[in-house]
Amino acid sequence: MVAVLLRLKLTLLLNGFRRSAWQTVGFVLSALYGLSIVGMVAVGSIGLSFLPDDERWAWLVVGGSVAVLGWWLIPLLAFGLDATLDPRRFQQYAIERRDLLVGLALAGMVGVAGAVTLLSGLSTALAWWDSPLALVAAVVGAVLGVALCAVGSRTITAVMAPLVERRRFREIAVVLVLVPVLMLGPLVGQLFGRLSGVRDWLPDVAGVLAWTPLGAPWSLAGDVAEGRWLSALGRIVVTLVTLALMLLAWGAALDRTMTRPPSHGSAAQAQGYGWLDRLPDTRTGAVAARCLTYWQRDPRYAGSIAFVPFLPVPFIVVGGLEGNDSLLWLAPVIAYVMGFAISADLAYDNTAFWLHVVSGVRGAADRAGRVVAVLTLGLPMVVLLAVGGVWAAGRWDTLVAVLGMSVGVLLIAAGASSVLSAAYLYPVQKPGDGLFSQPQGATTAIFVGQTIGLVVVALLSAPTVVLFVVALATGAVWATALTVVVGLGSGIGVLLLGIRTGGRLVDERGPELLQKMAAWS
Amino acid sequence: MSTPDVPRAASGPVPPTYAVSPLTEQPLDHRAAISIRNLSKSFGGKLAVGGVSLDIPAGSFYGIVGPNGAGKTTTLSMATGLLRPDLGRVSVHGIDVWRDPAAAKKQLGVLPDGLRLFDRLTGAQLIAYAGELRGLDRETVRARTYDLLATLGLADDADTLVVDYSAGMTKKVALASALIHAPRVIVLDEPFESVDPVSAAGIRELLTGFVASGGTVVVSSHVMDLVQRMCSHVAVVARGLLLASGTVDDVRAGESLEDRFVQLVGGAQVTEGLSWLQSS
Repeated sequence: MVAVLLRLKLTLLLNGFRRSAWQTVGFVLSALYGLSIVGMVAVGSIGLSFLPDDERWAWLVVGGSVAVLGWWLIPLLAFGLDATLDPRRFQQYAIERRDLLVGLALAGMVGVAGAVTLLSGLSTALAWWDSPLALVAAVVGAVLGVALCAVGSRTITAVMAPLVERRRFREIAVVLVLVPVLMLGPLVGQLFGRLSGVRDWLPDVAGVLAWTPLGAPWSLAGDVAEGRWLSALGRIVVTLVTLALMLLAWGAALDRTMTRPPSHGSAAQAQGYGWLDRLPDTRTGAVAARCLTYWQRDPRYAGSIAFVPFLPVPFIVVGGLEGNDSLLWLAPVIAYVMGFAISADLAYDNTAFWLHVVSGVRGAADRAGRVVAVLTLGLPMVVLLAVGGVWAAGRWDTLVAVLGMSVGVLLIAAGASSVLSAAYLYPVQKPGDGLFSQPQGATTAIFVGQTIGLVVVALLSAPTVVLFVVALATGAVWATALTVVVGLGSGIGVLLLGIRTGGRLVDERGPELLQKMAAWS
Repeated sequence: MSTPDVPRAASGPVPPTYAVSPLTEQPLDHRAAISIRNLSKSFGGKLAVGGVSLDIPAGSFYGIVGPNGAGKTTTLSMATGLLRPDLGRVSVHGIDVWRDPAAAKKQLGVLPDGLRLFDRLTGAQLIAYAGELRGLDRETVRARTYDLLATLGLADDADTLVVDYSAGMTKKVALASALIHAPRVIVLDEPFESVDPVSAAGIRELLTGFVASGGTVVVSSHVMDLVQRMCSHVAVVARGLLLASGTVDDVRAGESLEDRFVQLVGGAQVTEGLSWLQSS
């Protein structure tokens, strides 16, 4: 049965390639990227082998801990690991629970991320090439560590699943997970800054981590090399006990999901026509009203911007509040996030898009409505953050430039998204799916889509960015004026062109787009 | 246009009444509510619809019957502008669906099967949304939404999100969205599936009234009994081919529609039985 599950996952992966060439391209790109990580870890490990035993140990424990922590947290962040093998799909088959657990854990490792983790883990053994016994211990430790990654990510997903099904929770969960992660970088930066040398604190951190499940398996080789046999035994016990507890918790959670149907809250109500009453009764107005309603009610939309209010946090942690010029970049960054939020709007509609096709809605009206909705939310937000950032940085002289740059980026990103969402359609979470669930084998497609979008928006806003940098640096009036003129000019130009081009794509390929989305479900 | 080859169905007995329809070579009938010529579609090399030609007279209540996978949904999707045909033409009241989609779509009200709805809207919002997408002004949309909700028995659930509707209510709200712009031709794919008998009777009455007032209704179904009682005309499709069409009485030729259908399609060969399934 375990073999069957593995084969299923592999088949899903391969079938993804058959569907589109882009999937293959994305996969190859991420595989190359993954290989480079393995290579870096291997080279790093060989480099480490020239250090004293305790330093090698400390580096490996800290590095390994980060990897395990990543595996545990990333599934909660909606990207990365996909829930291809949702246990509920196996509900009707009488599969032994133990087989299902082992099968799902192993299947979770099939893919680029799993292969990279396993190979990187094993290659850390290279750090101990001069001590055969430690080398063996390192391999054992790596296997245990990777097992912790696989089981842990599954356990956390399964244990959180009932919570995740609740709409309210979904809305705050992103924030709960994302904020600590966003702060992690700056915090580490602070630590590096505060403590004069890494060597001073690394052994202490490693000493603590080595006794937690995160670091225990990676500590094994170092313990063996230094002859701390009792400690080595202790780390194995910590690892194995953690694995056992996780399997127990996962098994229990699995039983719960398998026997209980997904719970629905009480039927939701909303009085009257809402946004449909507030916007003009044109087709564009109707689409905008519908989109605004979705921004409000559909957790997929809420999730895509839920972290925006918290985005200032890392900026502030890094540079403090006063005289922190990096805060001036806050509004442009959020403008990009907001504008890009409609880059998968069509895919979010899924086959409900038939209503637009059957009604003969012009593509341009469809595009424009979605843009109006996102600007209704995005413009006030961006202006507010621009003013806030300028105020916090105490750089009122830059306000006009910041506003010009931010609004320009917002318009450019919205315009590019209008084309992208029709030109590059990739599977997203289906309507009503959890925020944390991922469509089958779509991770690479999403990655490619986001990358294309980022590159296009970066290129189109490059002139504005250059002028903005000059304006910030020199404070010259001409640079500020040019930032505003070029920002708004290119923004409006790209937006109009995006609506027209995207609209033509929808007009020409509407039925094909619909057919493609119908094939997903 | 040269005479196209009519593709052969993949396998199975060649139905006795099947022949290349003489309609295939005729031009689109501009008096018909829907005129279909040689409509074909295949998915990844697999033939779904192979050269269907059909005239649906204005003012008829037209049933399209066929087993699962016969190509009913594919044919109706192509006729309503939701799926681009590989080959063939369709017109609605003389307007070519694929050359002038905007004008043709104005004539059509469509209830597709198996596609999602914008179900985060309330029932009232969804119907109103459909109306505004059709370009109706606000007063008209509001008045008609109110009427439709009342007629279809959804008034009490107007403010409930469609995602929380039952399957039957979902069908009804989709039907309302298809009717709001007062189309001349209504095309419904499996409108009675998972609808309770009381609601089904209500829908039937509404459709019959629409036909009586001069409109045209096309429904697909695999419930023969329903089609025989409700429809004036019927077309039988199987394996992507049109096997028979005409008035219900012509097609059934004195037998029950169900018996005639089984004859045409060539099923019902379960004489051997599954020996291991016997419980005694």
